[in-house]
Amino acid sequence: MSDITPFLKSLISVAGLSGFEAPVGKLIKQKWTPLVDEVSESKLGSIHGRKTATLKGHIRQAPSVLIATHMDAIGLMVSRIVDEFLYITNIGGIDSRVLPGTPVTVHASGTNEDLYGVIVMPPSNLIPDGEGGGVVPLKYLMIDMGLTSKEVAQKVKVGDRVSFATEPVEMSGGYLSGHTLDNRASVAALTVCLEELQNKKHSWDVWAVATVQEETVFGGSYTSTYQIRPTIAVAVDMTFGKGTGSSGYQTFHLGKGITLGIGPSVTPYLYKRFKEVAERIEIPVHDDLMPEYSSTDADAMQLTAEGIPSMVLSIPQRYMHTAVELVAMKDIQRAGRLLAEFIASLETDFMEKISWE
Amino acid sequence: MLTIGKPQLDLLEKLCNAMSVSGEEGEVRRIVLEEVKPYADEVKVDALGSVLVTKKSTNKKALRVLLDAHMDEVGFMIVHDDGDGFYQFQTVGGIDERHLVGKQVIVGKDHTIGVIGAKPIHLTTSDERKHTIDVDSMRIDLGPEGKAKVGDRATFATKFKRVGNSIMSKSIDDRIGVVTLIELLKNAPKNIELCLSFSVQEEIGLRGATVAGYYFNPDLAIAVDSTPARDLPDYEGRENFTYNTKLGLGPAIYMANSSAIDHPSLVKFLEETAIKNKIQYQLRQPGGGGTDAGAIQGARGGIPVVSVSVPHRYTHSPISISRIDDWKNTLNLLHVALKNINRDILKR
Repeated sequence: MSDITPFLKSLISVAGLSGFEAPVGKLIKQKWTPLVDEVSESKLGSIHGRKTATLKGHIRQAPSVLIATHMDAIGLMVSRIVDEFLYITNIGGIDSRVLPGTPVTVHASGTNEDLYGVIVMPPSNLIPDGEGGGVVPLKYLMIDMGLTSKEVAQKVKVGDRVSFATEPVEMSGGYLSGHTLDNRASVAALTVCLEELQNKKHSWDVWAVATVQEETVFGGSYTSTYQIRPTIAVAVDMTFGKGTGSSGYQTFHLGKGITLGIGPSVTPYLYKRFKEVAERIEIPVHDDLMPEYSSTDADAMQLTAEGIPSMVLSIPQRYMHTAVELVAMKDIQRAGRLLAEFIASLETDFMEKISWE
Repeated sequence: MLTIGKPQLDLLEKLCNAMSVSGEEGEVRRIVLEEVKPYADEVKVDALGSVLVTKKSTNKKALRVLLDAHMDEVGFMIVHDDGDGFYQFQTVGGIDERHLVGKQVIVGKDHTIGVIGAKPIHLTTSDERKHTIDVDSMRIDLGPEGKAKVGDRATFATKFKRVGNSIMSKSIDDRIGVVTLIELLKNAPKNIELCLSFSVQEEIGLRGATVAGYYFNPDLAIAVDSTPARDLPDYEGRENFTYNTKLGLGPAIYMANSSAIDHPSLVKFLEETAIKNKIQYQLRQPGGGGTDAGAIQGARGGIPVVSVSVPHRYTHSPISISRIDDWKNTLNLLHVALKNINRDILKR
């Protein structure tokens, strides 16, 4: 089994904010090209890797499984420029309490360069009364790049995107911390799956998809699923790790296995097959309860066209949507391996054998 | 003119990236000792850990001038091992807790990387997000298999960066003063006996300087520090009248703060020196904040003091910003002032 850590570190070191995924898309395309039969790009920029069935069944057109991992990241956008300071707004869900003091990269469109900066919190007396003492709302936070107002005016424009710049760090025992592990860790897991499939026979076509715009409008999952029209669809995403401030039924220990969704976004017979395969190959899995929404691409995929049977597979992660997300590399390997074994387990008549209770 | 070139910036980088939390300044002390030994006549490490350096004058009756810069920085101490890689910590020195969640830290002598995590936004309520997170409820997370020792110190993990005329780093306060003192030692004027205190424990009550002032018993002292600028724009576009200093306007000369009333004759002498030598300077708005001058002023029967600072923004946070030109002007103002200083200027 190859070590996917270097690839994942490179994945979280390139930009790819929701709606602006081109840089990370390019990297994924390169990595997947030798692993699939054909790589293409959707009109919105999602990456589609097609690996055709290696076992021919009795039917002319093999059924297909779409594995969706969103590649877009949460981040910020420049909303106003005053002197050398940038005011910002969020792209995706961000708690403004995690921002002050965070290093960022401003993707400056004026000169087409990436600029280092820091998110700063102005003194309370420079903020309207009563707003500066406690949590400083996002609209008052600014970015300082150490440049002069003249340089900033030339380089940066309103609407420019801002990524976190906290560097990835490996921790002892095989853990990785950094920003945007949600959901690049799943892209890495899907890549592990494709590597595993090189030595496996499968009678279904496989569509590996890195979707755009999950963090904002599910733009990629709706459209790629419509275009590909798979027989079934699996979303791979992050779930909550147990850690500071996070406990209870929605949270899972890092490094102790991955999770299978249970709820309206998950088609029961897909859950059942994943569970059987996991037990057979001894990968620890836990039930992830999603009473209404899964808040993953599965919510969009199941509603595409006439409806697609869908599944959610998740990797536990601490501190989701901060610049210091934390995952266990072995959970990523497990997710990749389980996906590959699940795909290999699909018989050509899998769908025909399904019976609803 | 003395310059700020690659050697000075490289030394500042090395010092800023070192960990030197108040009470455990070993990493910076080692670098300082190495730098000062070739140039000093006397070097000692005192009872608290400050590095005290003397450079003698050719004149036996020379004025004895103490320059102080503090080696310590704000940071954290690990106070409890919760297991599973989680460590409870306390802040050391004045840290605004709103800067902590979502940041990387380095822990212990090996600089083991950890993170201060936060509950995911998905699991918070909108009411919860209106309240700041207490340090008591935060943990440093070294990963489930990470190890630290109770008592280990920790600090922000951000690395020094230079961007154009700016320095962006943790601990500019007061490593920029430390390098300034080292440069002044290397270029020491012969007319004075130059005493240097690289002081410990400034951030937790000016402790190193308290005993260093007593030890040296100088004729006068200058604290060389870095002061918060607070020169940001007002959200609603009103003029910001409450800046301490402004970046880009040169060294900040103090007149008074909460630790000391600066000696009026020294303030006047520095201003006149700056004007005469066409060195840009600014007067720091009197008000809060303190420097080691406060402790030195009260040593023995009293010592005339003044503070001079390189301004920085975002004090005691993971990344502060200073201008290289301000630093260069600070270094040169002090150098010219030392060359011209004499007993007469202390007469009121």
